[in-house]
Amino acid sequence: MLRQVEGSKAVADAVAACKPEVICAYPISPQTHIVEGLSKLVKDGTLQHCEFINVESEFAAMSVAIGASATGARTYTATASQGLLFMAEAIYNASGLGLPIVMTVANRAIGGPINIWNDHSDSMSQRDCGWLQLYAENNQEAADLHIQAYRIAEEMSIPVMVCMDGFILTHAYEQVDIPTTEEVSEFLPPFKPRQVLDPMDPVSIGAMVGPESFTEVKYLAHQRMIDSIAKIEEVADDFEKQFGRKTGGLLRSYRTEGAETIVLALGSVIGTLKDVVDELDLDGYSIGLVGLTSFRPFPFEAVRTALLGAKRVIILEKAFSTGTGGIVTQDVARAIEGLGLEDLTLIAGLGGRPITIASLRSYLVEAMDDQVERLTFLDLETETVTRELVKERALQ
Amino acid sequence: MSVTQIKFYQVGSFAVGNRLLRDDERSVQSDPDRTNALTSGHRACQGCGEALGARYALDAAMRATGDQLIAVNATGCLEVFSTPYPESSWRVAWLHSLFGNAPAVATGVAAALRAKGNHTTRVVAQGGDGATVDIGLGALSGMFERNDDVLYICYDNEAYMNTGVQRSGATPPAARTATTQSVGDHPGNLFGQGKYLPKIAMAHEIPYVATATIADLRDLEAKVERAMTYHGARYLHILVPCPLGWGSASCDTIKIARLATQSGLFPVFEAVNGEMITSSKIRKKVAVDEYLKLQSRYAHLFSPQRNNEVIDHLQRIADRNIARYELMEE
Repeated sequence: MLRQVEGSKAVADAVAACKPEVICAYPISPQTHIVEGLSKLVKDGTLQHCEFINVESEFAAMSVAIGASATGARTYTATASQGLLFMAEAIYNASGLGLPIVMTVANRAIGGPINIWNDHSDSMSQRDCGWLQLYAENNQEAADLHIQAYRIAEEMSIPVMVCMDGFILTHAYEQVDIPTTEEVSEFLPPFKPRQVLDPMDPVSIGAMVGPESFTEVKYLAHQRMIDSIAKIEEVADDFEKQFGRKTGGLLRSYRTEGAETIVLALGSVIGTLKDVVDELDLDGYSIGLVGLTSFRPFPFEAVRTALLGAKRVIILEKAFSTGTGGIVTQDVARAIEGLGLEDLTLIAGLGGRPITIASLRSYLVEAMDDQVERLTFLDLETETVTRELVKERALQ
Repeated sequence: MSVTQIKFYQVGSFAVGNRLLRDDERSVQSDPDRTNALTSGHRACQGCGEALGARYALDAAMRATGDQLIAVNATGCLEVFSTPYPESSWRVAWLHSLFGNAPAVATGVAAALRAKGNHTTRVVAQGGDGATVDIGLGALSGMFERNDDVLYICYDNEAYMNTGVQRSGATPPAARTATTQSVGDHPGNLFGQGKYLPKIAMAHEIPYVATATIADLRDLEAKVERAMTYHGARYLHILVPCPLGWGSASCDTIKIARLATQSGLFPVFEAVNGEMITSSKIRKKVAVDEYLKLQSRYAHLFSPQRNNEVIDHLQRIADRNIARYELMEE
């Protein structure tokens, strides 16, 4: 049933429908409404057999999740930005131990300077942590991805981050169809851990591994991640069969057939880009769009296939690697090796700066006319930064 | 769980050595049916106080719970010497995650058990003093404050031994470590307020706080058993001498632990809901010199001549403990 709800509420209800047994949370904007919603559902008895733990830090939140998951409980937490960085050590530990925790990242910039608004620099900083990263385009997909995430995580024994744009999605009211607990139960079987702390069958989890085995442990983790590419598609197909809508999966193409230029992006900006692509198409430009849902694992084959036939790919990123440029770009460049495809990077929306149709349109028109640099920062105040650079360089 | 008969360790004890007790009062260390949480063959140093303390503590916890126990371990010597993959010395369900998060991981284990309606399995978390008083203090305080059903055991050897004997927040004043060397105007660790975790734990008013040493294993076992009769957050702080870090003879580990209590430097007591209820009385008071002299981490206090100022200061600390924790019989 469609309901007009805030994105955070939609996610809270979708997570509750998955019947997690332990939820732990530390507040950080813009994640707060999600865990507030869940705390109410636990307290008012809607979500039973679930422990809601208020912890003293994000590091503790992920640590509680580790303990709970290793004891065989379906486990959930949510964070953003500084919180994600504060739990970084435990994030690597969770994936290293193969614990299928699902966590929402309400994407937000990282300071300094401190900034609470949306971009992707938080989750991108955890690119290599061994978690799956799925990015939601809208609140319907955000809700659905959590349900799919538990299936993928538990079948692969890998933790999953569901990334949704902070404020833009978490605080936006949209119509969302949230499956009921009964419907989700048909889709998501009870959690059967691969390894569990059981006094009657004691195992040691988290032993010290030396040089003689460490490479093998890491190689196996890599292969599990590669294998999850097929699992992500399979779960999205199953979801579509049961719920009648296509959400999740590796990526989705929009008007790419025969397109000379294809924009590739992640998250909520895909909605804006669809409007821009529609407009430019009406004006006679040959342009399409690929929305990437799965950033980790990176679906090289699917991306290559999606971009086949185009002349130019423009990767729009809400984060970048200081001193290098685009982060997603590096993977896309590898995916299109040998295709003779030009790749351009557009950094946009940093620290919550609005990505407007007008700015996108003007950049894309110039790009299609070969008038842009390979790396562009959308709406950069050139006068300000030029002035500052002159001052700074004089001091060097 | 298989059962291993172990050696009789508590030789020469004048505290509560088994030989002084009637058969029915003897601790289970001499019982051939005893179970071991930690089996032999691990890689601890000769004379390791932590290995001894951990085995007795966890064995007692297993007996108290009918083997329904899950242990969470912080990073440190205890984790490293017990689980070099693919070997493990643990006979309990055991989880190691990180250095600073054992209390929170244990909270998660306890929460999962509660969610599953398992009210019989109990949770113990354990770590060294670095994991407990320094890097994991926030997580420990959180666990205390929420009153999670976890017994946290700190094996205090007063420095970061696993990384090569660097100073921790639990390193006593004047002690030499690799980062507080016995050079300069104030050789060894500086005098300061110290960070005495049992009192910090008591300030959280949790159901049970106790200290113990490996010089009195019967007392240690009794405290673990008592801790298991409570629900909620409990804290046990065990002094475990480290021959490597303290520069003492392997055969002196238990003797040094006993001198720590008999000098007053390490008070042994129990507290319930934040109030001290009992303390172990000193049977034969000794000067701090007796304790210090056996350890090369204090050698600079005796060479080239006795450093009266510093040793007197340490004696005043011991005397203050004796008064504060009522360690002498009236």
